[in-house]
Amino acid sequence: MIDYVRNNMELILAAFGQHIALALIPVVIGVIVALPLGYLAVRHDWLYQPLITISGVLYSIPSLALFVALPLIIGTKVLSPLNIIVALAIYTVALMVRSVADALRSVDRNVTQAATAMGYRPLKRLLGVDLPIATPVILAGVRVATVSNISLVSVGAIIGVGGLGALFTRGLQLRFPEPIIVGIVLSVILAAVMDSLIVLAQRYLTPWARLGGRA
Amino acid sequence: MNDDRAYLFDPANWRWASPQSIPHRIIEHLEFTAIALTIAAAIAIPIGFYIGHTNRGAFFAINIGNAGRSLPTFGLLSLIVTLAGLGQLPLIFALVVLAVPPILTTTYAGLRAVDPAAVDSARGMGMRPMQILFRAEVPMALPLILSGLRSAALQVVATATVAAYVGLGGLGRLLVDGLSLNQYDRVVAGAVVVAALAILIDLAGNLLQRLVVSPGVSGRFARAGKVSASTVVPEAARA
Repeated sequence: MIDYVRNNMELILAAFGQHIALALIPVVIGVIVALPLGYLAVRHDWLYQPLITISGVLYSIPSLALFVALPLIIGTKVLSPLNIIVALAIYTVALMVRSVADALRSVDRNVTQAATAMGYRPLKRLLGVDLPIATPVILAGVRVATVSNISLVSVGAIIGVGGLGALFTRGLQLRFPEPIIVGIVLSVILAAVMDSLIVLAQRYLTPWARLGGRA
Repeated sequence: MNDDRAYLFDPANWRWASPQSIPHRIIEHLEFTAIALTIAAAIAIPIGFYIGHTNRGAFFAINIGNAGRSLPTFGLLSLIVTLAGLGQLPLIFALVVLAVPPILTTTYAGLRAVDPAAVDSARGMGMRPMQILFRAEVPMALPLILSGLRSAALQVVATATVAAYVGLGGLGRLLVDGLSLNQYDRVVAGAVVVAALAILIDLAGNLLQRLVVSPGVSGRFARAGKVSASTVVPEAARA
């Protein structure tokens, strides 16, 4: 195992780097898209159910099917990394719209009314009061999306762009478990590290939670 | 554009007589899904009941869910094929491995989320432990248990598609064969049918949930309007 890693260091690092980019760019895009959508779902009650339903439908599409169907819909090349990025961004949005909407809904009305009484305008109240209070629930969604994206990227290897998935296809071709084990271990480690980083970010973003006060 | 849909709309590919036709692939896919899901449920639900009811081993129940989510499905399939060789059995084993965590975690979480006062009343009414479990805790935990089964079903449908790459039958064959033959219309047919199948299975799960969950639990009798029962449902891994 150590020999395999030593001899293929470059290949492994390239696959790992691609894996990180393919998994995390969609998280960022997805969150940016989901925040306003989730807000709209809370602001306009009639939008909530349709948005949640559409999200559920999108989320249930198997990844490989979405990867290969996207060229038909957005006109990319079949083997383009964009298919993976867009597909994973769609899953992230589908998952996060619900998290954002439920998080904003759970903000105590007394708090928002107090903020309004203190002179907060709607946008400032949203950014300065509602969003910080909703942060833990939103970040719980980001954690799930990040971890599942990281495990999904490797499926892309079937269409030629899959980060660590390249190690899986290589192992399959050579009938050789080493690259596969290295790929699985790195993927799981990456997921664990990203998950802990988000937890750390949450501590930093919600310092009041540590004081034992009620959010 | 028209070319891309040729395979899907070619009546020859829908003929029941040929064993390679789309209807046969659908049946195969459903078979794998049903087998894997049944075995996984038979393993995960009793363990989830035990952990949820006694609260022993809660750490295990929570962590197996997280571990299952971060395990790359394609990696697991590749590893199993490399170690155990080609064949349906190892692949179905992989599907079961991936379906157990979501079911186990939600079963546990569902039982733990039951109002302790309700469990106390059940005990106060003289119910035995098994009666408490099956007549009080399980009916109230049913929405979460079923949501775990639904995520597991989606997970299995998706992973079975990927497993075609390492030799499993089912709808994934259309995708994988289409890619290797450079027949994009075949790929499109596979993608459309498997996506439709997944959506239909999820809808069926939704319907089942409405049918079997007691109206008293689902809140359909309540006048309160919005039900805020579970804001953060543990989402399952997916493939």
